[in-house]
Amino acid sequence: MIAATLRRRASRRVLPGFGLSLGVTLTFVSLILLLPLTSLVGQLSQLSLSQYWFLISDPRILASYRVTLLAAAVAALFNAAFGLLMAWVLVRYEFPGKRLVDALMDLPFALPTAVAGVTLATLYSSQGWVGRWLETLGLPIAYTWVGIALAMAFTSIPFVVRTVQPILEDLPSEVDEAAVTLGARDGHAFRRVILPHLWPALVTGTGLAFVRSLGEFGAVIFIAGGKPFETEITSLMIFVKLQEYDYAGATAVASIVLATSLALLLVINLWQGRFTRRLHGGGA
Amino acid sequence: MIRIGDAPGVRRLLIGVALVLTALFLLLPLVAIFAQALMGGIDLYWQNLSDRYTLAAIGLTLLVTLLTVPINLVFGIFLAWLVTRFNFPGRRLLQTLIDIPFAVSPVVAGLVYLLLYGRNGWLGGWLDGYDIQIMFAWPGIVLVTIFVTCPFVARELIPLMQAQGAREEEAAVTLGASGWTIFRRVTLPKIRHALLYGVILTNARAVGEFGAVSVVAGAIRGQTNTLPLQVEQLYQDYNTVGAFTSASLLALLALLTLAAKAALEWRAARRESLA
Amino acid sequence: MLRLASSRRWFAASTLGLALALGSIGPAQADQPRELLNASYDIARELFAAVNPKFVDWWQQQHDEQVSVKQSHGGSSTQARSIMQGLRADVVTFNQVTDVNVLADAGLVAKDWQAQYPNHASPYYSTTAFLVRKGNPKQIENWDDLARDDVELVFPNPKTSGNGRYTYLAAWAYADQAFDGDKAKIEAYMKRFLGNVEVFDTGGRGATTTFVERGIGDVLITFESEVNNIRSEYGQDGYEVVVPPVSILAEFPVAVVEEYAERNGNLDLAKGYLDYLYTEEAQRLLAGFNYRVNDEAVAAEFSDRFPQTELLRVEDVFGSWPEAMKTHFASGGELDQLQRR
Repeated sequence: MIAATLRRRASRRVLPGFGLSLGVTLTFVSLILLLPLTSLVGQLSQLSLSQYWFLISDPRILASYRVTLLAAAVAALFNAAFGLLMAWVLVRYEFPGKRLVDALMDLPFALPTAVAGVTLATLYSSQGWVGRWLETLGLPIAYTWVGIALAMAFTSIPFVVRTVQPILEDLPSEVDEAAVTLGARDGHAFRRVILPHLWPALVTGTGLAFVRSLGEFGAVIFIAGGKPFETEITSLMIFVKLQEYDYAGATAVASIVLATSLALLLVINLWQGRFTRRLHGGGA
Repeated sequence: MIRIGDAPGVRRLLIGVALVLTALFLLLPLVAIFAQALMGGIDLYWQNLSDRYTLAAIGLTLLVTLLTVPINLVFGIFLAWLVTRFNFPGRRLLQTLIDIPFAVSPVVAGLVYLLLYGRNGWLGGWLDGYDIQIMFAWPGIVLVTIFVTCPFVARELIPLMQAQGAREEEAAVTLGASGWTIFRRVTLPKIRHALLYGVILTNARAVGEFGAVSVVAGAIRGQTNTLPLQVEQLYQDYNTVGAFTSASLLALLALLTLAAKAALEWRAARRESLA
Repeated sequence: MLRLASSRRWFAASTLGLALALGSIGPAQADQPRELLNASYDIARELFAAVNPKFVDWWQQQHDEQVSVKQSHGGSSTQARSIMQGLRADVVTFNQVTDVNVLADAGLVAKDWQAQYPNHASPYYSTTAFLVRKGNPKQIENWDDLARDDVELVFPNPKTSGNGRYTYLAAWAYADQAFDGDKAKIEAYMKRFLGNVEVFDTGGRGATTTFVERGIGDVLITFESEVNNIRSEYGQDGYEVVVPPVSILAEFPVAVVEEYAERNGNLDLAKGYLDYLYTEEAQRLLAGFNYRVNDEAVAAEFSDRFPQTELLRVEDVFGSWPEAMKTHFASGGELDQLQRR
């Protein structure tokens, strides 16, 4: 019945394949995405509202939200700066090894997170190549929230670079010529002339990096100390509750993360639809 | 032509900072993996690599990837075709639904499948009656991997197909071409690169998924251990060299992925400049 | 190029892969040897890698049948959860009585499993001990030293690890004895003790890595067996073992998962496997991995490895395992209260 209504709506289109693609998509979405998620809803529905509130507002869980949000925010901000720099350098300058650097930017997506986690923990521990140096400077990284932020930043590096890069490429050169001929200095001109074009993409990329960091588990777990109230992230709390057979508690906390991430993604999607047309087509 | 940031000083400074940061954050971890793997010499490396359980893990990882990638490829094409070529209510909702795997923490992804297909889940309990086991066997690993990787192809295709519009396909329809022919002759050549890029991303994630798979795999050595799980287990066994040997395989695969992607972009860029 | 032909090849390849997988990973055929699946705790990998081949020989001698044993390792609680959700293990060899109880409650293991094998179905046991850095610079001798301000501790999270749970219970049992059951004093001690923890890893091996490879903390608290294994793994010189005069008895319970063993047609094999763990040959193997055993001849042989200590049973100090779990480790329980600031 619904399908029939939909078909009538769509029949204005001349292209074939509506029924087939709708069928395949809906079947897949129901079986792979929605059906498993019903089990989550099923678990949640066994809780009363006050029980739910009690579970998600436990002080230790609250502390884990704080740690996760803080580390993810730092990671996202770092990536905003690093990503902008890398996009700028890769688009505007020529230098030896540029193609290699460009290709390396995608490494965090291609490298399994568990491998990234083990490697970062090895490098930045007080015995590691980098950690040893930082330790003498009084900057311990592993097992502090800085380590968590580092792992999150690593896994989400490509987001900002790859969203800003295509916009910067498409920017007509008249834009900065105008600024330069007007005699503005670099920093000032960049802020006044270039940044307004880039910042929708910059915000989108940073937002995606932030969402990704909120849910990261594999890379972070090896480098987070797991100290209550200090270095426990929310993903770890979910994992801990699973170990205790506390499915209700695990799903309650998971639902908070899920709702936050989905809401952010929805905002990003709407934002993206308004400001930029080609974000993900950039690779092709 | 004078452009912003063209002054040699600024230029050198920015390139320098970018290179140092890239080396520190991206190159160094990569080097560390191979350095750790080869710490005990090449012989030990080969010996670790030909370990019975490592070989089994490689086999399982291949199987999971071979099943996951084509399924998500087909699904991604259908979804992209649907949301970019037709207008119907719920289109935006569908697009957001497809992002769920990005938003769900992998551990939770594993959990929802466990709750559904586990022996106490309603579907799992029913299947158990027929002696069909999904969880703690390869089908469970394949299922969660499909879940985790399903957005990649669609996410690559949708913005591109949206930007391209449907005019050429509509013209083909008026010329009397069938649906399949239109897709093959008109659409496919236009989206080939995005499609391949999506496949590469799907493949990379399918090979490397850890969190979700670790919940549903049951860690049976030589049977349900994928390569990333093998890395973790060897690491726990004080076998750092062994762990990084498996890790180096995954890193090698990651490098191949990057190379494939770079080659693809290079060809696309060359075609553009020729055109 | 992604043409039709290549996508057809993809499908062919995946179908082939599927067929191969069904052939190799699917249910065992009649002519294949029977396969026993042992679900075990995390740090027992080396142990069972040594035990299993010996068992296969033993079974071959006794029954003239070639069998094979597969291992699954993970946190004891994770393993129990997986088995309840369908991991078809024939036997469990855990480090937590509670985790077998969970399976018994679910009807997968016999209710009286502790009565089916000697020593409460625990073929070997251990206790909680300390690993300190060379020369014992912080002068750690007993549990009260661990609550000092200048001492940093590493042990796994009691919430996720059975190993960590034993450490917590041992410290409590010590304090209970030292302060004569004065709850305010015990809690004050426990608060200081837990406050000294530098890193809470999720499992025993993670804690070891933190202590040894990352060089964090003054004391690693873990099973006595593990402490000795670490010394042989990382060299005798860098570390010293301290076994406190009072500690907790850590039992390593075993049970047949009857529901699955029967279904897999492995009931006799599963029982034989557990019987084997009590034989003198197996006990010697176990003692070689620094576990304490009950076999008198073997215990005498290895007596120099295991210092005399007073080992308290969880049941005697805390009433019972379920009670200990409820008061101490459940959400909002004693542990959560102590870690609140």
